[in-house]
Amino acid sequence: MSEPILTLQNASVSYGAVEAVHGVSLSVRPGEIFTVIGANGAGKTTLLNAIMGLLPLRGTATFQGRAINDLSIEQRVAAGMALVAESRELFGAMSVLDNLRLGAWTRRGHADGDDLEAVFARFPRLKERRDQRADTMSGGERQMLAIGRALMSRPKLLMLDEPSLGLAPRIVSDIFKVIDTLRLQGTAVLLIEQNARAALAAAQHAAVMELGNFTSQGPAAVIAADPGIISSYLGLH
Amino acid sequence: MDLTIFLFLLQDGLTNGAIYALLGLALVLVFSVTRVILIPQGEFVAFGGLAFALLSTGKVPSLIYVSLGTSLAALALDLWHLRGSWQGASLMRAVAWRMALPVITALATLALAGPHTLLLINALLALGMVAPLGPGIYRIAFEPLAEASVLTLLITAVGVHLALEGLGLLIFGAEGFRAPPLSSAQIAAGPLTISGQSVAIFAVTALVMLALWQVFSRTLTGKALRATAINRTGARLVGISATRAGAQAFGIAAAIGALSGVLIAPVTTLYYDTGFIIGLKGFVAAILGALTSFPLTVLAAGAVGLAESLTAFFASDFKDIVVFSLILPVLLLRSLRHARAEDEE
Repeated sequence: MSEPILTLQNASVSYGAVEAVHGVSLSVRPGEIFTVIGANGAGKTTLLNAIMGLLPLRGTATFQGRAINDLSIEQRVAAGMALVAESRELFGAMSVLDNLRLGAWTRRGHADGDDLEAVFARFPRLKERRDQRADTMSGGERQMLAIGRALMSRPKLLMLDEPSLGLAPRIVSDIFKVIDTLRLQGTAVLLIEQNARAALAAAQHAAVMELGNFTSQGPAAVIAADPGIISSYLGLH
Repeated sequence: MDLTIFLFLLQDGLTNGAIYALLGLALVLVFSVTRVILIPQGEFVAFGGLAFALLSTGKVPSLIYVSLGTSLAALALDLWHLRGSWQGASLMRAVAWRMALPVITALATLALAGPHTLLLINALLALGMVAPLGPGIYRIAFEPLAEASVLTLLITAVGVHLALEGLGLLIFGAEGFRAPPLSSAQIAAGPLTISGQSVAIFAVTALVMLALWQVFSRTLTGKALRATAINRTGARLVGISATRAGAQAFGIAAAIGALSGVLIAPVTTLYYDTGFIIGLKGFVAAILGALTSFPLTVLAAGAVGLAESLTAFFASDFKDIVVFSLILPVLLLRSLRHARAEDEE
C-alpha cells in the first residue's frame, strides 16, 4: 500500500470560540477515494475548508510528509492540493476558458495547452461552451467547470465538497465516473457527500462524521454494510 | 447663458469629469479587490500634482524620502513575515520588488531635477514617487486587516488619509502651487477655444482607460486581479494571492491618482489638502457606479463633472453641495432595493 499523501492527526477547527471539528484523524492515499459522510452541519465542510487553509486548523496536518499548518492557500495549491467548494466559487462574469486558465495560475509561465485539452477531453461540454460566461451555465456544467478548474493546477489531492448537490442523477453519475477515472490515474480524492449511497459505492475508505467527530472509520464496503449506518444514512429497502 | 458659455462649461465639465473618471476607476478597482474604500486617493492626487509642480521649479520634493521610507517600512514587515525562511533568491526578490521603483526614482530625481528638465520627465518622476506609496500603505495599514469588516477598513482608510494629509503639510507646506501646462496650445474650434491642456487630459485619460482595459481583458495577471474582484474565495482557491492582488490594486490606484494630479496641477492651484475634495468627487462617481461597474463609473464621472461646471456657473457657492447631493437618490434607491440593511458584503 502506498504512503498516505494527506494525514491529519487529532485535527480540530473552530469558528472563533466555537469548536466545530473535534480532534479527527485520517489519512488519504494516492489512487484512493476517501469519503466523509454525515448529516448537514456535522462539520464536513468546515474540515475540508481547514485542510485547504481557508480556516485555521489545530493539530497535525501533513501533505506529502510536510507539515502544512503554516502554509498559505497558494502554497498549498502549488504543492498539489485543490478544493472544489460546495458553492463552486467560479468567476461568474468570466468565460469558461478564462476560468480554466486561472485554474493553472500557480503554474503560470508554463504552457497550459495540454491541461486544457485534458479537461476538455474529460468534459466535452466545457469545450463547446468555452467562450460562454460561467454564470450563464447550468448547475451540472458549473460543477464540471469547478472540477475542471481544479484539475488545471495538476492536483495530487483533489478535495470535493458535495459534488452531487442539486444535480440530476445522470449528471451525478457522469461526475462520479470522472472522479473514479482520476483516482485510477493516481490522484488522491477526499470526497464529502450527503449522497452517502453514491459516495460509499465510489470510495475505498470512509468515515462517518457526527457533531464534529468521526464516529466510525474504515473500508467503504464495511461502513456500507454496517446496520447502524444503513438505517441512519442509507435508508431502508 | 449663450452657446459660447455653454460650450465652455461643457468643455470644463467634461475635462474635470475625465479626472473624476480616472479616480473613480481606481476606487472601484481597489474596493472590488480589497473591500477598502480608498479615502487617501486624494492625497495621491495632491502629492503627484505638488511633486510635479515643485519639480518644474527645479526643486527636489522631499516626497522621495517619504516614498523610500514607506517602502522600507513595508519591506521590513515583509522580511519579518518571511523570517525563518530567508533564502538568497526570495530575499532578493522581496527587496527588489519593494525598493526598485522608489530607489530608481530618488536617484533619478537627484540627478535630473533642475529648472530646465523636460515636463515629461518631471511627470514620470512624480509618478515614480507616488506609485510605491500605494503598495507600501497597503502593506502597512491594510494587509494585516485583510479579514476585517468593510467598516473597520473604512475607518482605517480615514486614518491613513489624515496621516497622509498631515505628512503633506509637512513636506509641501501650506502654500499652493501651480505647474506649467503640458501643452500651452489653444485650438480654435468655431465659437470655442480648446486649451491644449484639456486635450492632454482627455488623451491621457483615454490612453489609461484603454491600457487598463487591455490589461484586464488580455493578460493573465489582469484577469487574476479581476477574478479576485469577482470572487475572492474562488481566487484564493486557485492560488491567487489576495495580498499580491491588493498590492497591485493599490499600486495602480496610487499611480492613477498621481497622474491625475500631474494633469490638473497646471489648471488648478493645488494645496496639500486639495486632493481630498477631488478624490471625493471621484468617489461620488464610483458610488453612482455602485462601486462595481467600470463603465457606469466613467459615465457617472462625466455627469459629476458637468453638474459641477453648470452649478459653478449658476450658483458657484453650491457646486460641491450639488455634486455630493447626487449620491443621495442613488443611496436611497439602493437602500430601498435591499430592504434589509447589509452591514457586510
